[in-house]
Formats: sequence, C-alpha cells, structure tokens
Amino acid sequence: MTAVLAVHDLHVAIGERGRAANVLRGASLEVGAGEVRGLVGESGAGKSMLGRAVLGLLPANAVIGGGTILFEGRDLLAMPEPERRGLLGRRIALIPQDPITSLNPVKRVGAQIAVTLRHHLALSKRAALERATELLAEVAIREPRRVLELYPHEISGGMRQRVLIAMAFACDPGLVIADEPTTALDVTVQRQVLQLVERLRQRHGAAVLFITHDLGVVAKICRTMTVLHAGRVLEEGETADVLARPRHPYTRALLAATPRADRPAEALRPVPPALIESLWSEAHRLDRLDVAGRA
Amino acid sequence: MTDMLLRTGRLSFAYPERSSSLFKRAAMRELVKRVDLAVPRGSVLGLVGESGSGKTTLGRLLVRLLQPTSGGIQFDGVEIGNLTEAELRPLRKRIQMIFQDPQSSLNPRLRLGVTLTRPLQIYGRLQGRQDQRDRAAALLDLVGLPTGLMDRYPHELSGGQRQRAGIARALALEPDFIVADEIVSGLDVSTQAHILLLLRELRARLGLTMVFISHDLSVVRVLCDDVAILQHGEIVEYGPVARIFNSPQHPYTRQLLSAIPLPDVEPGWLDDSSPFFLSHQRGSAA
Repeated sequence: MTAVLAVHDLHVAIGERGRAANVLRGASLEVGAGEVRGLVGESGAGKSMLGRAVLGLLPANAVIGGGTILFEGRDLLAMPEPERRGLLGRRIALIPQDPITSLNPVKRVGAQIAVTLRHHLALSKRAALERATELLAEVAIREPRRVLELYPHEISGGMRQRVLIAMAFACDPGLVIADEPTTALDVTVQRQVLQLVERLRQRHGAAVLFITHDLGVVAKICRTMTVLHAGRVLEEGETADVLARPRHPYTRALLAATPRADRPAEALRPVPPALIESLWSEAHRLDRLDVAGRA
Repeated sequence: MTDMLLRTGRLSFAYPERSSSLFKRAAMRELVKRVDLAVPRGSVLGLVGESGSGKTTLGRLLVRLLQPTSGGIQFDGVEIGNLTEAELRPLRKRIQMIFQDPQSSLNPRLRLGVTLTRPLQIYGRLQGRQDQRDRAAALLDLVGLPTGLMDRYPHELSGGQRQRAGIARALALEPDFIVADEIVSGLDVSTQAHILLLLRELRARLGLTMVFISHDLSVVRVLCDDVAILQHGEIVEYGPVARIFNSPQHPYTRQLLSAIPLPDVEPGWLDDSSPFFLSHQRGSAA
C-alpha cells in the first residue's frame, strides 16, 4: 500500500544574513490513507516548516537541501511547477493556524469560499455559492445562507475556524495539513473543531497531517504520531503506544512537563535544560558532519 | 478567621453600549456581575473562564486599572474601589500586574535593566547608576535569568525569558499582591512548566498573594489553592482546587473539565453525539 504522503530525508535550511540555518535535518514521515498523523514539537522544532514544504509554501529564503516529498506516489519536489500548483488547494489542502489573518477582511465569507470552488472545480458563480452553503452546513454552522453574507469580523473565532475547515475540505482533498488549528481557541470550542475535523475527514476520505504542540490534542485525534525536535524525528509510532510507553527521553520529558487537570501539582516535571542542550548539540554535530561530507 | 488580603463584595463593572440614537440612553453592558472573592494572605486564587467571560476585566478591577461600577474591593482592610488615582498611588507599589504578552508589555527601546528598575526609579528608590545595575542583577537572579541580560533589548530574548522579565519587573517593588493575566498561555510546554514552578517557588519564598487568570484549568491546578470559575461575568463555582477538580458541581465547570484533552488515548472523546456538542452550538453565531 502506498502512503498518501511520504516525506523522506527532507533537509531544509533558511538563509539568515548570508548564512544558512538548518530547520529540517533529514526528517521522514508517512501518512497512510485515512490516517491522522500528529506532528508534535515545540516552537523551533521545524514542524510548520515541514508542513509548508509539502504545501510548497516555504519562505522565499528557504533552500531545500535534499530529500523527497511523495504525494500519492509522485514527487512534489521533482514536479513541474504548474502541475504542483494544480494540486495545491485541491488535492492538498491547508487548515491554517490563525483564523483571523487567514480570511480576507474585506470580502464576504461566501465570496471567499466560492472563489476556491470556482478556481478548482470550474463551477458557475451560482453553483459555487450553492456548494458553499452545503459546506457551511456540514461544519455545523446554522443559518449558512446568512453567514455567507457576513464579513469575517462579524463572526466568532470558533466560527471563522469552521469556515476555514469547510474551505479545506471543499474540493475533496487527498491530504489535509492542519497547522495548529486550535491553538488560539477555548477548550470547549477546540473540542468542537476537533470533532468537525474528524467528521469531515471521515466523510471526505482524506488523510490528515495534524501539526500541534499539544500532546492532549494528539491523543484525541491522531492514530499515529511523530515527535520532531531541531528538525529531526526523535520518535514515531501509534499514538497509544508512544504516549503509554515513550521510548525517547524527550518524549518522556514532554509528557512529564504537560500539566494535567486530573493530577495534583506535584506531578509536574519541567523538561531538563540539559536534555534540550544535548539534543541541540547533537543536531549541530550532525550539521558539521553534513558540511564535511559534502566538502 | 483567616486573614484576607483581598476581598470583593458584589463587585460589578459595566460600560454603556453604543447607542442606536443620540437621544436614547445607551444600554449598559455588564462584564462583571456581583463578584464576591476572598483571597487569604499568601494564597493563590485561579480565575478561570473562556474568552468573553470577564476574567481579564475582573483582574483589571482588582489592580484598579478599572473603576468598579458598583460593589467594593477591600485591599488589606482598606476600601480601594472608589479611590482616586492620587489616593491609590501609595498602594500601587503593593499591587502589581504581570501582563499576558511580554512582547508588547516590555518597552522595545529600553534595555532590560532599565525596564526592570523603572518602578524603583518612579518611587525614588534608586541611588545612582551602580545601584540600578545591582538591583537589576538581583531581580534577574530572582527569576532565574543570567544577569548579563540587563544590557539586552526585549527582542533579543526568547519568549520564556521575556515572560520571566515581566515577572521580575512586577517583583521590583516587593509587592504583597500580584495579578497574573494568562502569563503562560503562549509558551511551549517545557518553558511553561519552568515558569509555573518559578511562580510556585517565588510565592513560597516571598509570601506572595496572587490572582492567576487563565483559560486553562490544567495550569491552574499546578499553582492555585482556590479556583473561581467565571461564565458571562458571574462566578458559577468557587472553592479549593482539589474539591473543584475532584467533584465539580456546576455543569459549566464539568463541561470545561471534560473539554480538556488529556494526553491519554480515549476512544469516543470525539463523538459529536455528546450532549454538550449540540447544546453548545446554540447561540454560537456572531
């Protein structure tokens, strides 16, 4: 069985004042058909960069140093640009982190959904708005026709996030990349959003790469997970196994540092700074080997 | 009877909504409704609620950045609800606030050492430049930051370091009472745990009394003795942390607790047939 997404040995560096800083150091992961894989890491781990590399949305100063990104068996990095662009938004979709900046503030919600549908599915204006109504109903927005006429600032944060989820699934994508879609939301709204992602994923048969720093969210929505640090994969496996029996010390430390509402305060153990330091120095040692190998 | 550092009685805050007509009286929008709190000296009270619950407004009332519409605030036995800014001034050094976003609450154009000692300077407690540097060093040391950071600017610091700096500034005047508003919500887990443990240690060492505002009940459990759950500006449940977490009485508290994703695999958690999902959808528009 081929995976929907197979990232292999991906190296990405970001140019900073003439020097390049590595952000992905040979990261690999797979997302199978119908699978939700959690990509977990703290800020600076490179998890968003990996998502952006798949979407072809790396910043202009990023350089892909090597590796492959296979989507449904075809290498996105070797594909002609027009062909790749045809996949993005249609076959590979994004649920972005920030529902406020990701919607155009001066366009009505309906018009923003319709433009995606018309571009990718060549629908008429009327058919696109009809489909947009269905999509909003699918993400549990009541009175979808009324909401289509509203501007983003007129709806709540949770509802904006639901609009973005509707847009991501609009063209029946094979893969959805969810980049911390619930970070800014209250817990009760977060739960609704997770429920919706799960429901739409099942209905549309999409695989999901779910990027998050929250092990709780991973536990609830991801069947498999990958732990990333300094651009390297430290551990991966079935979520139930990894959380119950973490093998890497970093995964264990992250779990111990996560405050839990069901445990008293004494259970909390911060991540030992020495562990983080040793992981970074290992990463930098790999960088030097890499440079030496290429010279 | 326990010694209460802070008490509020039917504390309320409302502001007039934009009127539809020049000649109609504007309706009042109530953000905080008849809140009664009692915070014992040396304890930490958690204020928990979702966005729009009024928790930040309540926090700002407690430090008197806002004036209550009605009701009272007693700080160390003195009614401060209606004091003028001039009357508040001697109390200000005893009451401090740590803000949510250290990025925007630290002046980007000042070196950290200057920012940290600004409160001391305002109260005329600095004796020259060397004293300023010594005080800045002591404050950085208190929050576990290298003293060399006093010559740095905020943008040169990591998020966790900036938050520690925010804490250090709040401690400069050796206050009795601190309101901390969502100070760990933007941080990574590893950094967050360090900050929470730092606050716990400082509280024990300095005998601080705190109100800790958060939307995250898990974080509250780490730090607080008591917790008050706020919904639409009203306290719906209030009591010792262990009691609220082990046997929550109010449906809203239960809903908040059950919505927290614990890092355990739990099939069925995402089932949208849960009664909460249906009930919560009502009135969620706009």
